[in-house]
Amino acid sequence: MMAETMKLEIFRYRPEKESEPTFQTYEVPFLEDWVVLDAINHIKDEIDGTLSYRWSCRMGVCGSCGMMINGVPKLSCAAFLKDYYPDKILVEPLTGFPVERDLVIVMDDFMTKLTDMQPYIIRKEGEEKPLEEGEYLQSPAELARFKQYSMCINCMLCYAACPVYALDSTFIGPAAIALGQRYNMDSRDQGRDARQELIASHNGIWECTFVGECSAVCPEHVDPAAAIQRAKVSSTVDWFKDVLIPWGKKK
Amino acid sequence: MIRELTSIFVAGYCIFLLVLVYKLAQGADAYGNLMAALKSPSSVTLHLISLAFVLYHTITWFNLTPKILVLYRGEERIPQGLVAGTFYAGWVVVSVIVAWLVLGV
Amino acid sequence: MAGIGGVEMAKSNEPIWWSLFSAGGMVAAMVFPILIIITGILVPFGLAGDDPLNFERIHSAVSHPLIKLTLFAVISLPLFHWAHRFRFTLVDVGLKSVSTLISILCYGGAIVGTIVSVVILWNI
Ligand code: SF4
Ligand code: FES
Repeated sequence: MMAETMKLEIFRYRPEKESEPTFQTYEVPFLEDWVVLDAINHIKDEIDGTLSYRWSCRMGVCGSCGMMINGVPKLSCAAFLKDYYPDKILVEPLTGFPVERDLVIVMDDFMTKLTDMQPYIIRKEGEEKPLEEGEYLQSPAELARFKQYSMCINCMLCYAACPVYALDSTFIGPAAIALGQRYNMDSRDQGRDARQELIASHNGIWECTFVGECSAVCPEHVDPAAAIQRAKVSSTVDWFKDVLIPWGKKK
Repeated sequence: MIRELTSIFVAGYCIFLLVLVYKLAQGADAYGNLMAALKSPSSVTLHLISLAFVLYHTITWFNLTPKILVLYRGEERIPQGLVAGTFYAGWVVVSVIVAWLVLGV
Repeated sequence: MAGIGGVEMAKSNEPIWWSLFSAGGMVAAMVFPILIIITGILVPFGLAGDDPLNFERIHSAVSHPLIKLTLFAVISLPLFHWAHRFRFTLVDVGLKSVSTLISILCYGGAIVGTIVSVVILWNI
């Protein structure tokens, strides 16, 4: 009996060769336990060494293998062939980003946003503990408050799913805001004011209309949509505090 | 998108309520005419369509609220289902009170 | 606006619109279904008696300041809910280039509706 096979139609773009992207179809063996990434690796190794794509861990940890699979943003190492068999699978680079080559997108925009969010523990001036006093302690309950948001693997699937980002890439977007929330809600952190500039700006949370697609595609169940709504609540509280009790706060 | 479209029916009903109080202010005759107009098939149809959309709004609204309203009991987060359930229960109570107030039974 | 009471205001006035949107969404979710059932089903089909929304009774009820206030909230807040949601719907279907105009029309509409409701209710 012939081994079963299935087809992958893959987005190709080699800027030195073609000015417009094209599609190329490959036939790969169908194996029960293969994921789309296995099939693409097979193409790269056995059929066409010119295909470019990103991957690393093969186990949903590194976040580098995101692709549009039949139009849905997914980790290609977590999308099983058997869920599509025997139909042809359409593989494209993540939408909403410029394409560098084949399935490789340019992620500078996301990287800048992540850095701008200052995703690390910030202490107020003079409140930094000297190293010899040891670490900042935290109870399990305090950890539980933000743990979910710390699970992000920066795969950018949420950006590819977000209709607001697709329309206007100045929107800071789901993962970066969720990461901001992750530090804002960390009991050891005091940097909320510094991040608020960005989060509460026009391009921050207010662009979001709670479509919820980001949370639907997130492989780590970060629920960035909820993070954004909660940031809206706290920013609104800030705003009313500022307006109604102008003599309050301000350090 | 359906969720966004519900807002049109919400606004439409707001305008209906505006007309209602306006007629009420005008006097018994104007108000009586409006009450009679409620019986027309087009009014009933519009109401039924609005009801479908507004119910869709209510359901999506209550289902998403627990994501925004994160409550803690002591150190534990109150489960989302419980928060949503409370809203649904509140909805029933409010509906009964409104019906009682408006219909005066 | 640079500030109120000498204090820097938050970067954006979105919090006002968003809180009105949320309040209106909650009001609409809570009371619109039952109101629509009353005016669209119970009243026209006579399921709540002969003259369920009797003029004298409703008129005197609405004359009460508390009821007025409630009605005001029930009309005005959902208008802002619509304004906010509709604004973003229009922006998302590709009218971003005229987003300022859209904001003015949507929130302006809600503000006009609010003023009209105040005037009417005031005069009852
Ligand atoms: S929030 Fe989820 S979908 Fe977005 S980058 Fe992080 S892990 Fe990926
Ligand atoms: S290869 Fe690392 S997440 Fe898929």
